[in-house]
Amino acid sequence: MKMRFDEMHSGPEVVREHYRTYARWLAEQPAEVMRSRREEAEVIFRRVGITFAVYGAKDEDGSGTERLIPFDLIPRVIDKQEWRDMEAGLRQRVTALNRFIHDVYHEQAILKAGIVPAEQVLHNSQYRAEMVGVDVPGQVYSHIAGIDIVRAANADGSGTYYVLEDNLRVPSGVSYMLENRKMMMRLFPELFAMHRVAPVAHYPDLLLETLRDVAPPGVNEPAVVVLTPGMYNSAYFEHAFLAQQMGVELVEGQDLFVRDGFVYMRTTQGPRRVDVIYRRVDDDFLDPRAFRPDSTLGCAGLLDVYRAGNIALCNAIGTGIADDKSIYPYVPKMIEYYLGEKPILQNVPTWLCRQADDLKYVLDHLPELVVKEVHGAGGYGMLVGPAATKAEIESFRQALLANPANYVAQPTLSLSTCPTFVDAGIAPRHIDLRPFVLSGKSVQMVPGGLTRVALKEGSLVVNSSQGGGTKDTWVLEV
Amino acid sequence: MLSRTADYLFWMARYMERAENTARMLGVSYEMSLLPQSQDAAEQGWRGLLSISELTSSFAQRYAAVSARNVMDFMIRDESNPSSILSCVRAARENARAVRGALTTEVWETQNQTWLEFNKLLRAESTLRDPGPVLERVKTRSHLSRGVTVGTMLHDEALHFLRIGTFLERADNTARLLDVKFQALGGGDFFGGQAKEGQEVDFYHWSAILRSVSGFEIYRKVYRNVIVPEKVAELLILRPDMPRSLAACMNDVVANLSLVANEQSAETLRRAGRLRSDLQYARIDEILATGLHAYLTQFLDRVGDLGVGISRDFLVPMAA
Repeated sequence: MKMRFDEMHSGPEVVREHYRTYARWLAEQPAEVMRSRREEAEVIFRRVGITFAVYGAKDEDGSGTERLIPFDLIPRVIDKQEWRDMEAGLRQRVTALNRFIHDVYHEQAILKAGIVPAEQVLHNSQYRAEMVGVDVPGQVYSHIAGIDIVRAANADGSGTYYVLEDNLRVPSGVSYMLENRKMMMRLFPELFAMHRVAPVAHYPDLLLETLRDVAPPGVNEPAVVVLTPGMYNSAYFEHAFLAQQMGVELVEGQDLFVRDGFVYMRTTQGPRRVDVIYRRVDDDFLDPRAFRPDSTLGCAGLLDVYRAGNIALCNAIGTGIADDKSIYPYVPKMIEYYLGEKPILQNVPTWLCRQADDLKYVLDHLPELVVKEVHGAGGYGMLVGPAATKAEIESFRQALLANPANYVAQPTLSLSTCPTFVDAGIAPRHIDLRPFVLSGKSVQMVPGGLTRVALKEGSLVVNSSQGGGTKDTWVLEV
Repeated sequence: MLSRTADYLFWMARYMERAENTARMLGVSYEMSLLPQSQDAAEQGWRGLLSISELTSSFAQRYAAVSARNVMDFMIRDESNPSSILSCVRAARENARAVRGALTTEVWETQNQTWLEFNKLLRAESTLRDPGPVLERVKTRSHLSRGVTVGTMLHDEALHFLRIGTFLERADNTARLLDVKFQALGGGDFFGGQAKEGQEVDFYHWSAILRSVSGFEIYRKVYRNVIVPEKVAELLILRPDMPRSLAACMNDVVANLSLVANEQSAETLRRAGRLRSDLQYARIDEILATGLHAYLTQFLDRVGDLGVGISRDFLVPMAA
């Protein structure tokens, strides 16, 4: 029998405690009211310009490439105690991950202790030799982390939260978390009178505080900027939104230059020094002199300034070494090693295809497993065994055999579902959750995160590039 | 503020102002084309409009005949024409999008909404059948865009660069409008002293020009007299209290420029101030004596030169 876990219902017609008020309210809403609210939401999102760019796509009049991410009206509600546990787990995990990155680029104690295989770190394409021995303020590397969490059904009908993935480089989506809440409050103010939903709107404040926290030593009033690849980047809306909310400049690589060991931006009043860069540009593109020479998105000479400690980069260079899928299986051990604590959040059991035993197991069980590329992202380059055809499995087997080290495999989790508006009415759809964890002088986060939903029936892929939508996420304070 | 940001703001305002002025110019031409006149005269009117916008050859590449419908199509919604209203509104919105963080939410939403609306409205078939309401709508959205800017934005550099863009573009556009319309009547620098039978036609001609710059009632109020070309020219060139006159535009350009002055902008400020005082101390009979066309051509050159200076000093600084 297939296991199921629904966030709202614990059984047919049985609503979970923390969803009761909402479910009663929902049952009273006429279908046409909800439909018109949906349309209203779409109009507002378009007017506000909350869109993401799709490369090479055309919109209905053939002129643009901006799409809306479908927004679902039914919130994902998290019980207060559950959130408390999750928050403690996130704090613990991100702290350990930051310790790990610092260790990797300094003493490498965890490698010497044999807890994480040295060759897997040192020969990893995400390992940045340029960072060895570089001290960053507060020894924090991943200032903004997005931790992807799913809840999977167990045989007894309960559910368990698992960390699916750590995003420690340039995680995105937080603007949708904020805009979804704004939208819900606009569409259904009465719901917020009926529930005590923990607010999230102070996220930009926490972010600014975090960025200021890690300014180079001796800088009292740091000039913070957000670095974007530009308006054609898929997350441009978010970059502009965060810069505006924090009241800092949104810069592109062309606005920055290096002189005498410092970074400056070109302003109408001449050059102005920059102290902290919240960069939304990948490592590879940050500095054409140090990394990809063809990059026009970065600033030549930035790495030298960074290594000299005259600029703070958030996130730091080289964080990819800790969120790589081949490193992921070792995170629970890192927590024990650095913090001497038991991991609060669980990892999904993972087979590393680079290891012969694991590879054999994976090849024998392909139809039941999810196989992912080590460096893959966005839901691409993966095999979902139970949903794949025989031919797809066979062709994936060949790819796997050709380069086993490039893959990891996990059991196909039965992701929890949440009631969602679809064309046919309200139906359960699979969801995940991405809380955003900020690390400066302390670790902070707003309650909840971004809930993504796979709108296609039965689909487990929640990525917006593949038909995923989003929901507002409520952590109830009572 | 970032030079690039200032650049986008400057151009956002310019494009929106240009869209409005194009709508004004098309509106007045359309109105005049409805007056009884020969086929030739009508075509001449449309040709004048294309030439003043420096679009004669790109129009000829796309359309066979110079007809009201073709010119409207080209100037309102042809995407291959960077000066069409549709192109301007799109460019204004793209510039706004690039710096939406520097705008208030209301300004951005207004700009975005304008684009979303016109992207549908201007493409509709009814637009060419009955351009009047559409052109009015363009003006309305432009008023809104300017109003929300002044009404919600902090009075800092961002606003100053927006204003500089608006008034520089308006100065340019008013000068072009004057040039084309004065030439259309009597041609070249011929001025005044027309035969008596032309007077009636003249009235409609001049009043249409005045209306295109919202100046008809103002003219009556200021001069309390019949409409004569000298006064029309004076109103649109020299009156500092006439919001679309060259003098008024230059006053605003200078005021905003001096608020953003930096270490390298002295020369640009000097030239702007010089242009303004030339207008301030000029007399219309002198201008007409030297020739209006020559005067306006020279003015347009100086405005163009100011644009280059502003770009160099503030928007796209070369020095690293």
